Amino acid sequence: MLRMENVSKTYRHRGHLVKALDGATLHIPGGDFVSVVGPSGSGKSTLLLMLGGMLSPSAGRVLLEASSVYDLSAGERAKMRREKVGFVFQTFNLVPYLSALENVQVPLFLAKVDEKAQKDRATALLERVGLADRLDHKPGELSVGQQQRVALARMLANDPAVILADEPTGNLDPETSQQIIGFLEEFNAEGKTIVMVTHDPRAAKRAKRTLRLQNGAITAQGAGEDGCWQPDSAVA
Amino acid sequence: MRLQTLVLREIFERKSQLLTSFVAILLGITVIVSIKNISYYSEMAVAREMDSLGANVLVLPKSSTLQDYYAADMHGETIPEEYVTQLAMSDLQGLDNISPKLSVPVELSGKSFTLTGILPKSEFQAKAAWGGAGIFSRPIGCGAASVGMMGSDDKKTLARKRVIQTLADNEVLVGADVAAKLNLKDDDKLDLLGKKFTITAVLPQTGTVDDSRIFAHLHVVQDLAKKGPVINAIEVIGCCQEISKGLVAKVNHLLPDAKVVTITQIADAQIKINHMMSNLSLMFLVIIIFVGGASIANYMYANVFERRREIGTLMALGADSGLVLRIFLLKALILGVAGGIGGYVLGTIIAVTLGPKLAGVIVLPMPLLALLAVGISVVLALVASFFPARRAARLDPCATFQEV
Repeated sequence: MLRMENVSKTYRHRGHLVKALDGATLHIPGGDFVSVVGPSGSGKSTLLLMLGGMLSPSAGRVLLEASSVYDLSAGERAKMRREKVGFVFQTFNLVPYLSALENVQVPLFLAKVDEKAQKDRATALLERVGLADRLDHKPGELSVGQQQRVALARMLANDPAVILADEPTGNLDPETSQQIIGFLEEFNAEGKTIVMVTHDPRAAKRAKRTLRLQNGAITAQGAGEDGCWQPDSAVA
Repeated sequence: MRLQTLVLREIFERKSQLLTSFVAILLGITVIVSIKNISYYSEMAVAREMDSLGANVLVLPKSSTLQDYYAADMHGETIPEEYVTQLAMSDLQGLDNISPKLSVPVELSGKSFTLTGILPKSEFQAKAAWGGAGIFSRPIGCGAASVGMMGSDDKKTLARKRVIQTLADNEVLVGADVAAKLNLKDDDKLDLLGKKFTITAVLPQTGTVDDSRIFAHLHVVQDLAKKGPVINAIEVIGCCQEISKGLVAKVNHLLPDAKVVTITQIADAQIKINHMMSNLSLMFLVIIIFVGGASIANYMYANVFERRREIGTLMALGADSGLVLRIFLLKALILGVAGGIGGYVLGTIIAVTLGPKLAGVIVLPMPLLALLAVGISVVLALVASFFPARRAARLDPCATFQEV
């Protein structure tokens, strides 16, 4: 489903060369649930952005379903994101002046779905995440947990095959975090491929596999449940 | 969810930030509309005033001196009547009416009067003061020359015929003073230079030397005076705007052997008003472009900066840069249309209310100015917003994420 082939990302910051990602190679098959862990600045979000077609690598290739993401034009990449990728953000990134229902409608609007179908689909998704009674509430009128659930509903709007979550529980209390991870497990059980960047070891353990990054390099990978990190060896 | 919904929701959510730009564009358009509206009706009023005075440009023999404007033709010097044809054929803009005259002294019952030859229709039109006679009235406007052709606008016909017959050879019009002194009335008979005439009409009092005149057909007077095809003067009703653009100089260039003068005080006043209004409009246009444009551009840049996370999110959700560009340009379009319509309405209210006090004229709304107002406002808003919108469209969506 997702593949990185010797991907590096370097950029200049105040005259210094910074290596955000260093020769990362990985394969994430369809239906996998991978957590990406590591200290701040280790390149976790860079990896996620590259997988989502939002940040081009300095070297190497990123493939989604066998097509090289950065060989596509900007418009084709936008279409790919619209149709195949769903993002979840730490700070939810809801549009503040739109209601919960309208926020979920945004990806459907971008996909040129007609208004009636937009409303029906958005309502159904908000019901699924338990917010049927909050359709007309704006983000500022919702708790952080509810906001993240709206973000989950929005992410599901175009039924993406791949879910890229950047610290989805980073701003949430433990109870709400469990709830959100529960939703992600549910989506994974439905066949969606999930890559989740997290600082939370408990959240990381809920994934099927874990990747550890340090100084831009994948240093370990292993099963999520036992937390047993393997040395930098063969990549699946 | 539609593009309009997305844009309108954002505008109403952050309307206080938009207010400064909206007010800047609104006030600019208001001032432009007010000035344009008042100056239009002011110019119309002055044009009417000049019309009521009759001719405002005189073509005289080079050697003549102008002592009395209304007696400009009573100097004995002559110019060829051909000059009338030259003027009519010239296509000079702003010659609304041309009225040639030839005057000769006559004596009636021991009293001296002036017999003036005219080309009738044009003469009547030139003298709106005679409108009371109920014969002609001239519409206000700035067109090509008219010398009163009946049923034909073909100037070549005029050049060939040279004559326009609307006053019969044996008919005369008499001024109010002449009628009073000689106790004349309509349909009376009159003997002038050995020729019998019928009085077609006694003209109403004008308070000028014309009250002491008797008017007959130009060519009859030329024959009676045995002077050939000559005239003493050509009275021209020139369009005020064209006079201000140098009509007198153009006529002078066309007829280098004649002297061309205008009622300078009135023309100058009109020129000054026109220039002042035009300069004011231009000044405010420049101000609105700089202040309004800078305000909109500044607001848009701030708006793009403030919304970079939102833009990044939209891109992450699959929006392409074209859509982001459209979001900001649609916002600018709405701002421009609202500013234009608001400015037109406010400017019209101010013009209609203050016009009579400031310019002493009645001012009515001019729907055509709405197009100008919305046009200026929309173009300004779009141009000022283009670069901020382009910046938004090129924004790095990575800003969406917490860390990179």
